[in-house]
Amino acid sequence: MRPRPNIRRLRNAEWLDRLRPSSGEGGSQVRADPAGVLTGIHYLDGDFACGEGAMAAGCRFVAGYPITPSTEVVERIARRFPRMGGIFIQMEDEMASMAAVVGASWTGTKSMTVTSGPGFSLMMENIGLAAMMETPCVVVNVQRGGPSTGLPTMVGQADMMQARWGSHGDYSIIAISPRSPQEAFDFTIDAFNLSEVYRVPVFVMMDECVGHMTEKVVIPPADKIEVVPRKLTSKPPEEYLPYKLNGGFVPEFARAGDGYKFHTTGLTHDERGYPVMSAECQEQCVRHIVEKVRLNADKIVRFEEEHTKGADVVAVTYGITSRVARMGIELARAAGVKVGVLRLIVVWPFPEKRIRQLADKVKAFVVPEINYGQMVLEVERCAAGKAGAIPVPHLGGGVHDPNDICKAIVEAAK
Amino acid sequence: MSTQLQEREVMAEEHPIAPFIRMDRMPHIWCPTCGIGTVVKCYATALGETGVDLNKVAIVSGIGCTGRVAGYMKLDGFHATHGRAIPFATGLKLGRPELLVTVFSGDGDLAGIGGNHLIHTARRNMDLLIILVNNFIYGMTGGQNAATTPLTAKSSTMPFGNFERPFNLPHLAASCGATYVARWTSLHIRRLTKAFKEAIQRKGFRFIEVIAPCSTLYARLNKLGSGLDLMRFYHDNAEIRHHVDTREAGIDFQSKIICGKFLDEERPTYLDMMHDHYKKILGDKYVRMPPEGGWLHE
Repeated sequence: MRPRPNIRRLRNAEWLDRLRPSSGEGGSQVRADPAGVLTGIHYLDGDFACGEGAMAAGCRFVAGYPITPSTEVVERIARRFPRMGGIFIQMEDEMASMAAVVGASWTGTKSMTVTSGPGFSLMMENIGLAAMMETPCVVVNVQRGGPSTGLPTMVGQADMMQARWGSHGDYSIIAISPRSPQEAFDFTIDAFNLSEVYRVPVFVMMDECVGHMTEKVVIPPADKIEVVPRKLTSKPPEEYLPYKLNGGFVPEFARAGDGYKFHTTGLTHDERGYPVMSAECQEQCVRHIVEKVRLNADKIVRFEEEHTKGADVVAVTYGITSRVARMGIELARAAGVKVGVLRLIVVWPFPEKRIRQLADKVKAFVVPEINYGQMVLEVERCAAGKAGAIPVPHLGGGVHDPNDICKAIVEAAK
Repeated sequence: MSTQLQEREVMAEEHPIAPFIRMDRMPHIWCPTCGIGTVVKCYATALGETGVDLNKVAIVSGIGCTGRVAGYMKLDGFHATHGRAIPFATGLKLGRPELLVTVFSGDGDLAGIGGNHLIHTARRNMDLLIILVNNFIYGMTGGQNAATTPLTAKSSTMPFGNFERPFNLPHLAASCGATYVARWTSLHIRRLTKAFKEAIQRKGFRFIEVIAPCSTLYARLNKLGSGLDLMRFYHDNAEIRHHVDTREAGIDFQSKIICGKFLDEERPTYLDMMHDHYKKILGDKYVRMPPEGGWLHE
């Protein structure tokens, strides 16, 4: 038998190399700190694997508030952090958790919080602050059924639009969607790396099924895990301006306590970080925080494609639904339909270009998701009438019946 | 015969707290006779006189008139969201424990929308210095009722007078676990500066309430006269009673204002408790976060 190369890690490393806005920007890659890496072959649920991913990525500050089905992530971290110099604090609510994460990140410490739908709603306030202050941080959302308290212990994928648009005003974020405990580990590391490179909040959009399923998770040795450290400015304090771009895509970072005496605010600000209440400054400030991700979307976007060449129908899937759809797709293929699959890994920014290209060639996209139709709106927008965009909604509390997905595909091919 | 005034060169003297202020942001937005500037002066003086390393001082504000302080002081300054200055500061402190982290904000921000964070952070005895400027009203938004507006006082959202019972803030902070609690008015410049100096040198959750005039809104809505009249009122009605039972420190409309240092204790902080506990339970396996912050790999 041919020896199997470690495809996933290789792919991640290549992607990491590609996602940089320009060479050298956003810090050099280094190997992970071994203290946070639990090297070995494990049998872990997605929540635990996510926690391990965070620790491997160098996360050393976590603030959180308990919420099902995400709590196991912080339980894992609370148990392991004291052995590696990390601090976990259980805050009084999710607003405080997110605020503490933003504060801690300004000391250069990689910071994260973990929640589910109701907590995600409360965090939106300081997610906006993180976006406005250009603070690297990671937010894990193990999605459950909503709205409101909804289905605390059961699966949902209905926070996908909230992830993109949940806080008020215009800003950009990055969201990534794992479909297995192994990916929960891998993608959490990627989330930290992305947040460092682009100085944005990055969301790990898990779901209850992935969070609570237990599978094999391979954690490589620390020297095989590449992480992006916080890149601190090399300028002396008297020359440093916290939001000056210097030709790059993100400003240089100074952390609190190094003598830079900088100011940062959630108000519209100029490159000194000072509030300026004018339409001109708003234009400059907001345009930047939106476009640093938008203009680099090609580098950030990541998806898997299968049999899309010559396909009549393409199923667009993500998270747990990408695994459930598998059987529906096989059934449809058995019924003679040429089905391709486009599985989203990075969900935001959305792979607009690829959907546009495919829309010229296929009859329709079929989008099964555990919500009433969210990412399908993006597919519909990018397909722009050239191909159908057919939602296969499931309102949560369980995964799809593969027969429903098959039926939608067969119908779409007609 | 006309006399010619001789022009004399007057040397522009630098304001004594100019080194602590972002002079490029002056003039500030505060109204004439507002008390916040005085409190900033006292805090800056205290920083100077205690000789703390200003590179290691961070200041966090929320939203509101007092919320602008973090932007005016030449320190690592963070202007956070409304009510979240204290949890933001918690993150800064835990991320880099060597910092002196001051939260400088108003009554609406810290005791109104941020009330939950105030009590829980006091409970944890988080090592933060809290300066709460209380002007009894929401100034920035136009004089709405606050969690501190005294009974019967008028505000724009209580036009017939306030019927909600206000917080007694020193009592709230003390009963939740603060280790240093004091109240002064913006008239008590010397005593306030001394309190700041003392608090800077203490550890734990230190809470200082400063009563300050808002002549534009609170005084106007309640027909209390000018800012100067309010200072006269403080002069005549502030009563210094150190170590008073904080239950007696509530403020009624135009009542006496009990001032003084109410509490000054030493108790292990959140980080002290955490280190001691993990050391005891985990022994050599416990790894402390380095004082200069979390893992920063370059």
